[in-house]
Amino acid sequence: MKTVTIDAKDLHYTPLNQKVRAAVADGAEEIVLNNVLGQRFIGNGVRGNARIIVNGVPGGDVCMFMSGPTCIVNGNAEHAPGNTMDKGMLVIHGSAGDAVAHGMRGGKVFVRNNIGYRGGIHMKQYEVEARPMLVIGGTAHSFLGEYMAGGLVLVLGIGQEKAMTDRGIGSGIHGGEIIIRGEVDDHLLGVGARKFEFTEADLERIKPVIESFCEHFDLDPAPFMDTNYTRIAPASSRPFAGKYVWE
Amino acid sequence: MCGIIGVIDKTRSRMDGSKIKAALSLMNERGSGDGAGYAAYGIYPDYADCYALHVFFDNMAEPKTKVEEILHYWGTVVHQEEIPTFEQPGLKRVHTPWRYFFKPFDDMIGGKVGSEKDIIKHIVMEVNSSIDGALVFSSGKNMGVFKASGWPEDVANFYRIEDYEGYIWLAHNRYPTNSPGWWGGAHPFNLLDWSVVHNGEITSYGTNQRYVEGYGYKCTLLTDTEVVAYLFDLLGRQHELHTETVVKALAPPFWDEIDRMPPAKEGLYRTIRMTYGSALMNGPFAIVVASNEGIVGFTDRIKLRPLVVGENGDMLYISSEESAIRVIDPEVKNIRTPRAGEPIIGRFNA
Repeated sequence: MKTVTIDAKDLHYTPLNQKVRAAVADGAEEIVLNNVLGQRFIGNGVRGNARIIVNGVPGGDVCMFMSGPTCIVNGNAEHAPGNTMDKGMLVIHGSAGDAVAHGMRGGKVFVRNNIGYRGGIHMKQYEVEARPMLVIGGTAHSFLGEYMAGGLVLVLGIGQEKAMTDRGIGSGIHGGEIIIRGEVDDHLLGVGARKFEFTEADLERIKPVIESFCEHFDLDPAPFMDTNYTRIAPASSRPFAGKYVWE
Repeated sequence: MCGIIGVIDKTRSRMDGSKIKAALSLMNERGSGDGAGYAAYGIYPDYADCYALHVFFDNMAEPKTKVEEILHYWGTVVHQEEIPTFEQPGLKRVHTPWRYFFKPFDDMIGGKVGSEKDIIKHIVMEVNSSIDGALVFSSGKNMGVFKASGWPEDVANFYRIEDYEGYIWLAHNRYPTNSPGWWGGAHPFNLLDWSVVHNGEITSYGTNQRYVEGYGYKCTLLTDTEVVAYLFDLLGRQHELHTETVVKALAPPFWDEIDRMPPAKEGLYRTIRMTYGSALMNGPFAIVVASNEGIVGFTDRIKLRPLVVGENGDMLYISSEESAIRVIDPEVKNIRTPRAGEPIIGRFNA
């Protein structure tokens, strides 16, 4: 396997990202970035199927517009990791800031611990093949899945008494689904969001996602394989139909 | 979009400004080169009982004479000097930063002037609203603000910030969006011990401004953040509210959250919201406020700006980005993102 190692210490994000792109263009299969600290836009718009390993804390918008590669972050991430990501996978071995998976349109974002506000905001999907997934091991702050138009957000609540305790879940949602481990209090639901029963068929659907998440973080998937979830989706097929246009 | 950072050493061990400069510079992307500044507490131990008045003068003739007329009326100038500065290629010198170490006369206190601090507040408002070419931008004891239009490194090097040692540091990198970039508009904003760094906008500025102006504060700095310093002085110093309560007045819970609280708590929060409705701040913001008692960080009620907290023993760090904290302290622990409106408080050890 062709591996390229880059020392990011005291390197501005522009030359760092130029080096990453040059390595991808040169056919590197694995790119290891050491001593990353605050450099933004790592892996931006990169295509293909390279593996990018980020050792450190990347700056905002890691993997924005990325289409194909797998990016492993060994550290926390700042705001908007996976912003408008198209294809591929982003795995964060830590927590992340606000607006995780912002406007994501395909691929997977896995966060081991917690995320900030507005995770999955404006996530969207196109038919079946472009269906983004955001999986959070711990918990998320308010406005999870805000204005969501498609895709899946899954919160496992590992180490939490309740998976979600912050308000505004699915505020303005009009597509896609938010699945949360355990019960969710009614007052935490946002405008336009509604709780639905989580069925065996739903479990069958998300089983592969849970297995994949657990594999990346070396967790046993067995404790998650039951129907003790809450499924949150739009209250109707067009919950905001009358909001801007009166028919 | 701006970058902010606040640090406190709870043991009052002092650190020089070199690391805070490096941390702020890491967030250069959050600024536009139109303003940067630093506040440091514990830097003037030789004049610890004097108010350190930092003033921008446009020239050293008329404005300075007028400022000194006011100072000599209200008290004694123990010492005065030009704040040492060092030319930087990327920074245009617009004003001359000057400092007075000032003691108000005891016998001026009485009637509406209840304390030394009322005298200082009056002097600051008087100078800033009535003297062309003079601006008091720092007026606390044993602390000082250093700011200008420029990038974080340039402003730090202009003042040689590493020559100062403080147990609290605040720093701010400015990206002005809807108000002018000028020296007086750079953060931190200060009145007495209160210094404020802020990322965001106070969209309720008009309401808040009218509220503080009713108590003799004059907003003269052409941008929203100064009102936060005056709100803290009004609620924290004059009304003697605890820091937690000040934050709960400025960024209160929603009514439906108050409705769900247990009765005693519900009554308290309802009273705060009804009493201080005009102090409530709307709009996106992340703020760190320092005083001689410690620091507090908080965000707006729906968390429209980032704020990260980290700790290491007696150190508490609050910043827009985790990476900036790690520049100062690579071994930082307990990194977390606080909830909207949650006060993050660092006080000195007793």
